[in-house]
Amino acid sequence: MRERNYGFLLSNLILRDFRIRYRNMSLGVFWSLLNPLIMMSVLTFIFTRIYRNSDIPHFHVFALCGIIPFNFFALAWISGTISIYSNGNLVKRVLFPREIVPIATVLANCIHFLIQVALLLVVVLLAGYAINPYWLLLPVVMAFEVIFVCGLSLASSALDVYFRDVRYVVESANTLLFWLVPIFYSFSQIPSQFRSLYQYNPIAAVVLASRHILLEAKAPPSTLLWKLALVSFASLLAGLWIFGRLKRKFSDYL
Amino acid sequence: MTMTIVRLENVSKIYSRKTGRQFFRSFLAHKLKRRQEHFYALRQISLRLEEGDSLAVVGPNGAGKSTLLSVIAGLCWPEEGIVEANGRVAALLELGSGFHPDLTGAENVRMNAALLGMSRRATTEKFDEIVEFSGIGEFIDEPLRTYSSGMIMRLAFSVAMNVDPEILLIDEVLAVGDQAYQVKCMEKILELKQRGKVLICTSHDAEMLKRLCSRALWLHQGCVVDKGPLNEILDAYEAWSAASKPQPD
Repeated sequence: MRERNYGFLLSNLILRDFRIRYRNMSLGVFWSLLNPLIMMSVLTFIFTRIYRNSDIPHFHVFALCGIIPFNFFALAWISGTISIYSNGNLVKRVLFPREIVPIATVLANCIHFLIQVALLLVVVLLAGYAINPYWLLLPVVMAFEVIFVCGLSLASSALDVYFRDVRYVVESANTLLFWLVPIFYSFSQIPSQFRSLYQYNPIAAVVLASRHILLEAKAPPSTLLWKLALVSFASLLAGLWIFGRLKRKFSDYL
Repeated sequence: MTMTIVRLENVSKIYSRKTGRQFFRSFLAHKLKRRQEHFYALRQISLRLEEGDSLAVVGPNGAGKSTLLSVIAGLCWPEEGIVEANGRVAALLELGSGFHPDLTGAENVRMNAALLGMSRRATTEKFDEIVEFSGIGEFIDEPLRTYSSGMIMRLAFSVAMNVDPEILLIDEVLAVGDQAYQVKCMEKILELKQRGKVLICTSHDAEMLKRLCSRALWLHQGCVVDKGPLNEILDAYEAWSAASKPQPD
């Protein structure tokens, strides 16, 4: 097989996902903005009016810092999981590296993520926080999250071909994670014996790091970043390995 | 000196008779009892094709023709045997695979070219040629769901021709084109053959096979019944088909 450059294929697949999603919608990209804003309003109402969380200033910004990385994670993971199955026609009939399918799906979700991060930055500035040099760390932290989801999706998409139950496991895991990621509570409210465990959850780590950067104007603790990097790359390697083991039989099960 | 482009040696494709739902159960059964039903989609197939060879694969429905093409294209892995394909494969296996109904013809052309391994520059260079050959004309910017099956086939064929494949696999799809376009396709395929490319196709249209291929392989229930020069095999196959047809009273 000749050496090929798969960048063109990857960009075509990402664009395809994006076009298909928006072509038949009238509000288009505004859905990307509306969803986190509604979620933010509801959480803010509950945790400032019903359960009073008085020690957190600007609760809406605090919550949005959690909602946006979590939303991206949940959506990218579930759509990555079903990506091989829903592109079955392609995988069965055209020869190309199968790894591209879940990765392109996750990257297509990154477009929404970027729009939402822009929204987050606007909300942060409107609340009176200033731009600080640590903002430069944000792309790094979020890149780790993308790597982590790619790894998870590679593994779950390959397993989903064999056991269609996997997508429901992923959905349930996402529901659980909403509570286990510090979206509407802060790190200091977590009992101390669970804190280091929390740092190994990359989504929690991304949320915590973004709050350090955006709300406290300081660098995230290096232990947090190390754990995030470690888990992300471990997930990618494990995902590629599992995918590589399972991909040969895809066409028999699709 | 001619080069071997496609080589299959004792290739068998085995499907275990289990559905996804029963996968886990049958996995356990396999571990515990080693009793499992197997189904041979292909059994001990060997063949060798050299530059400029053209092979017709004939046989009744379910004989394993499409599976054979998938195996050669590298899309499914045989449980036994060796498959070698030297060169770029363009496979027209099912109409519109890799096409998306909500994208326009033009977007689908770029998508498909990328899938077949073309670079961005090559696609841009060849784009007009592809559209021209397809004869789609002004409809190229309409969504694919508005196309007829003949138009989809034209588009798929044009892209496949323009990636300059060493091995061309065609599964039945040419049949949906109109007479004029079929002639155009065949001219293009014969031209590829002349340049030493390898063609493997399946069809139930004997006339078309006679024009395209020189050799034939007759499959039945995954096994090779016979292989050799096209006319001999076709005659034998047709005689067999006629004999096995239910006789009218």
